[in-house]
Amino acid sequence: MAAKSSILTQSNQVRRAIVVGGGLGGLMTVIKLCEAGIPVDLLSLVPVKRSHSVCAQGGINASVNVKGEGDSPYTHFYETVKGGDFLANQPPCKGMADAAPGIVFMLDRMGVPFNRTPEGNLDFRRFGGTLFHRTAFAGATTGQQLLYALDEQVRRYETLDVEDDRGVTVPGEKMVRKFEFWDLAGLVLDDEGVCRGVVAQDLKNGEMRAFRGDAVCLATGGPGLVFGRSTNSVINTGSAAAIAYKQGAIYANGEFIQVHPTAIPAADKLRLISESVRGEGGRVWVPKDRKDRRHGKDIPEAERYYFLEDRYPKYRNLVPRDIASSEIFRTVIHEGYSAEGEQAAYLDVTHLCKTASGKSAVRKKLEGVLEIYEKFAGEDPYENPMKIFPAVHYSMGGLWVDFEKGADGSLKPGSARNQATSIPGLYATGESDYQFHGANRLGANSLLSCIYGGMVTGPAMAAWREAQPRSAFDLPSTLFDTEHKRRVDEYAALGSRSGADYSVNPYQLHEKLGEMMLQKVTVERHDAELDGVLASLQDMKAQWRKAAALDPTAKGTINQPTVFLRHLDGMLALAEVIARGAREREECRGAHYKPALDPELHPDDPKAVGRDDARWLKTTLATYDGEGPTLRYEAVDVSLEPLAKRDYGKVSAAKKPTGEADAQGPANT
Amino acid sequence: MATDTVTLKIKRGESGGASRWEEFRVPRKPMMNVISCLMEIQKHPVTADGRGTTPVNWESSCLEEVCGACTMVINGRVRQACSALVKDLSPKGEPITLEPMTKFPRERDLVVNRQRMFDALRTTRAWIEIDGSHQLGAGPKVSQDDQEVMYPLSRCMTCGCCVEACPNYNDRSDFMGPQVISLTRLYNMHPSGRMQAGARLDALMGAGGISDCGKAQNCVQVCPKGIPLTESISVMGRETIKRALFGWLLKG
Repeated sequence: MAAKSSILTQSNQVRRAIVVGGGLGGLMTVIKLCEAGIPVDLLSLVPVKRSHSVCAQGGINASVNVKGEGDSPYTHFYETVKGGDFLANQPPCKGMADAAPGIVFMLDRMGVPFNRTPEGNLDFRRFGGTLFHRTAFAGATTGQQLLYALDEQVRRYETLDVEDDRGVTVPGEKMVRKFEFWDLAGLVLDDEGVCRGVVAQDLKNGEMRAFRGDAVCLATGGPGLVFGRSTNSVINTGSAAAIAYKQGAIYANGEFIQVHPTAIPAADKLRLISESVRGEGGRVWVPKDRKDRRHGKDIPEAERYYFLEDRYPKYRNLVPRDIASSEIFRTVIHEGYSAEGEQAAYLDVTHLCKTASGKSAVRKKLEGVLEIYEKFAGEDPYENPMKIFPAVHYSMGGLWVDFEKGADGSLKPGSARNQATSIPGLYATGESDYQFHGANRLGANSLLSCIYGGMVTGPAMAAWREAQPRSAFDLPSTLFDTEHKRRVDEYAALGSRSGADYSVNPYQLHEKLGEMMLQKVTVERHDAELDGVLASLQDMKAQWRKAAALDPTAKGTINQPTVFLRHLDGMLALAEVIARGAREREECRGAHYKPALDPELHPDDPKAVGRDDARWLKTTLATYDGEGPTLRYEAVDVSLEPLAKRDYGKVSAAKKPTGEADAQGPANT
Repeated sequence: MATDTVTLKIKRGESGGASRWEEFRVPRKPMMNVISCLMEIQKHPVTADGRGTTPVNWESSCLEEVCGACTMVINGRVRQACSALVKDLSPKGEPITLEPMTKFPRERDLVVNRQRMFDALRTTRAWIEIDGSHQLGAGPKVSQDDQEVMYPLSRCMTCGCCVEACPNYNDRSDFMGPQVISLTRLYNMHPSGRMQAGARLDALMGAGGISDCGKAQNCVQVCPKGIPLTESISVMGRETIKRALFGWLLKG
């Protein structure tokens, strides 16, 4: 593009980059692109201020060491890769941990109302998987506050004019154009397979439109809805990532799904109770007597079994999430403990609220979180222990992205390879990529990885754009017209699905998919069940082809049921990636746990290998072959820190609570 | 005594078209909210009198009352559908009515177009001017007391409850609403945001600004986040008066 204007085409069209998704990852990418002088089209399924990032409650990690505990970014890096059971590539994790203090300072400068120390500095709290106070927080709605800060900065760019190469304002053109209520329908790939733009649909009127882009980023979030009910927002279907996967992008480590230990069970979604509750002293327990049906608050201290504290005396209630989830799951499902006879455990802050000052301290730090329990469970958590159970929360897997390692062994900033998917010109960031969390994500690392990912992706897209001999805006329109027509036809076909051939209700099909995935592909995985899941998925894909458009006559207006068919197609594709990855991986690592391979359960079975670094220290790479996923594997970059046993000081699996009345071994549920 | 079903009366319609009411009955479940009723209708789009119909369109995202998407008028009161529990709305099986917000153009069924609220955030320069996202060291210190004022103001979801309840906000007035006044207070409190306080006050003193507030005080009663909107309005009222009286001195 050297000879021509890098900003304007000959017909005065602005050469823009495209960011799909307006959560933290997408917005940070937009800010970095704008700072590099590149105008952006920002597409989002919902007004960006309503993105799923708002749901993150607890905080964002950064080793600022404000409490003088000797914390450092290197320790943060090490705990991140250890927390991820060493499956994450180490250079990007190192880059992220090093950048974290600067990111929190930047957010502070943007006006995030972080909690403060008496001196007016940022306050930090403890989170799972660390012994340090490393998590900055804004009340109990840190994700919301961070999202708003970035949203505001992007809104400012919506008011700033585009300038051409000579610094002259281009009339009527702003740095950011927002397209809210737009859904990704397809990628525009040229003959060399380079991504040159997208086709997206305006959900308010059904209009399909091709967008040219001199680099495209997907920041479209995770696929939580694959599991039906989860802690995710209802927009998190993974549809955009699934479309990219079906058009050739590699999807990595799909089988690694984080199950959060503490959520409130309900019919429409499982609402998270943040880890910060445990960070501030909340305790997890069950009644010692398995038959105890009393209300939690009526059970005396001596009759409570604090199983996490007993089993992990060092980390206590703050073991990493995968461990806490599987311990709660095992205690309730296999050992038969319950809360008022329900399949749940207690998460308890009432001991902190015995005095007025204690209660007000808890309220100050956790009000937003506890209010969720009060509002949705209808009980006062300051007086009553909360009933919780694990819920699908976060996908460590996502679109495969590259990185370039610098001379110092960390991520090399500014490289066009960083965050690049396997489709040239297409980038991914935020939960839709797979990069920073390995086999399990540490609490308060997701907000960080979204923002760090965006900080890396913006400059990477700028470098890519700079290096291209031809701009997408100088290519023939037939390229865009072809993909546009394909997607228009595809949508028209979905929208006309009515009559006797289409007997399946897509929402019922989704419910079936979710229930199956939730039961069989979450905390515990058994090969025979996974085989059943894979077979059922073939059947569900066949049913999808019979799924009806429930509103076939609504054209030129909002038509949620027809759009849902597209998203359901994506969910089925990703479900297969997740289940197949889980079936093939013959080890236990992080969130991927197969009881049959757990040496603690089967000490005499040589096949019970636990984590198997010799065979499985590998990233799963799924490619779509026209029917489903084909898997291959690549080595993980562990060049900075040697592998270690992922040990959080567990005492003994067999340890029974002292004073238990009717110890009778594992229950048979 | 609660029945085993929930009855919903839903006001439906197209953009610019006439409205119609449809009645549905869905099975009652524990901890049910309005969203789970609407989800049930998606799975069984049949009216109470057995007629097949289409699923209802509505907006939603987080379902935890932090995104603001699922705002609608429920039993005559504007609120988020996710935190509207059936046991509270219909303890004895009373029908629950759902209507779209009235202060915004209807797109379809329960979906309205709230773009006007986001536009107002541009008008009032609702952001902190930073020199860039590169490393410039730690941010300004903020006292715990100030943080405790700022954090609640910053929880505004741009959901629209306050303007739905406001008699001065409608399609015949330019009023930008209490939420932007409260957010201006937030940015003007911030140690570096304060440096552009004048520009924000000027926007509040312009068309659709603070003088259009009729002090009905409905806003503060419906805010789902308990934001002290009327307090913000009175604080910003004083600030704008100060600027109107003495601002010409400061402008130089």
